[in-house]
Amino acid sequence: MTDEHALVARLRAGDEEAFVLLVRRYQARLLRLARTVVADGAAAEQAVRDTWLAVVGGVGRSERSAFTTWLFHLLLVRARTASDPVRRVAVPDRATDDRFDASGAWSTPPVPWVERIDDRLAADKLAVRVHEILATLPDPERQVVVLRDVEGLTADDVSELLGLTDDGQRALLDGARERIRHQLAVDLEQG
Amino acid sequence: MPFAGRRRALVCRDAVALMTARLEGALPGRDRERLDAHLAGCPHCTEHLAQLRATVHALGRVEPDDVPEASVDELIVHYRRWTAE
Repeated sequence: MTDEHALVARLRAGDEEAFVLLVRRYQARLLRLARTVVADGAAAEQAVRDTWLAVVGGVGRSERSAFTTWLFHLLLVRARTASDPVRRVAVPDRATDDRFDASGAWSTPPVPWVERIDDRLAADKLAVRVHEILATLPDPERQVVVLRDVEGLTADDVSELLGLTDDGQRALLDGARERIRHQLAVDLEQG
Repeated sequence: MPFAGRRRALVCRDAVALMTARLEGALPGRDRERLDAHLAGCPHCTEHLAQLRATVHALGRVEPDDVPEASVDELIVHYRRWTAE
């Protein structure tokens, strides 16, 4: 991570090569995150561009946060400005879960598939499929799962970046993972 | 999802509701023990948890899209303008 801080110092001093290195490393990830907040592609790109301007322009950073967390914070602030002012975070409704019967036991037990993805090729295919499924998730769930599971931020950082409580963050994460797990099960059953 | 700490055994629905907290390392010891006790006797919930683990693993392997060279070039033009100001 110190590598990134050194690159920021260099690009602020006018080193174009340092800027290009950071862009290659983060542009796609910033855009992916921006699109979880702003539906419009052009507005998402603008938010990412504004984020780079803030980096170049020397917006300070908190010493305790990791580079990626700081960069994502800059992005989210800018993307939210470009999105609808009020965005409700829907927490998944568990009351209507029809996977279980009245006693709480499985009414439709999970079809086993984990053992079928043991080899590397199958795991690669799974990641590609998961990438596609991500696009279909509700925005609040996608934000959380991208930051937590795809980008690998800590749960605390994710909650802080998104202004969520720990429970709220985990409920969205749970909803996202379950949707993806379910879709994979459907795919593997058909394939 | 905190679970009322009564002593009865978990049903599958309760077990599933605890799994994300378990994977996130956020499950209190007592709930964790009850979940483990349920899993030991329930192949369906064991498979479900394994599927959630496999899902998280696959998410960690998702790559970002490629950045088109044109976008990089465009940003370089902006960078030159920003640093010239």
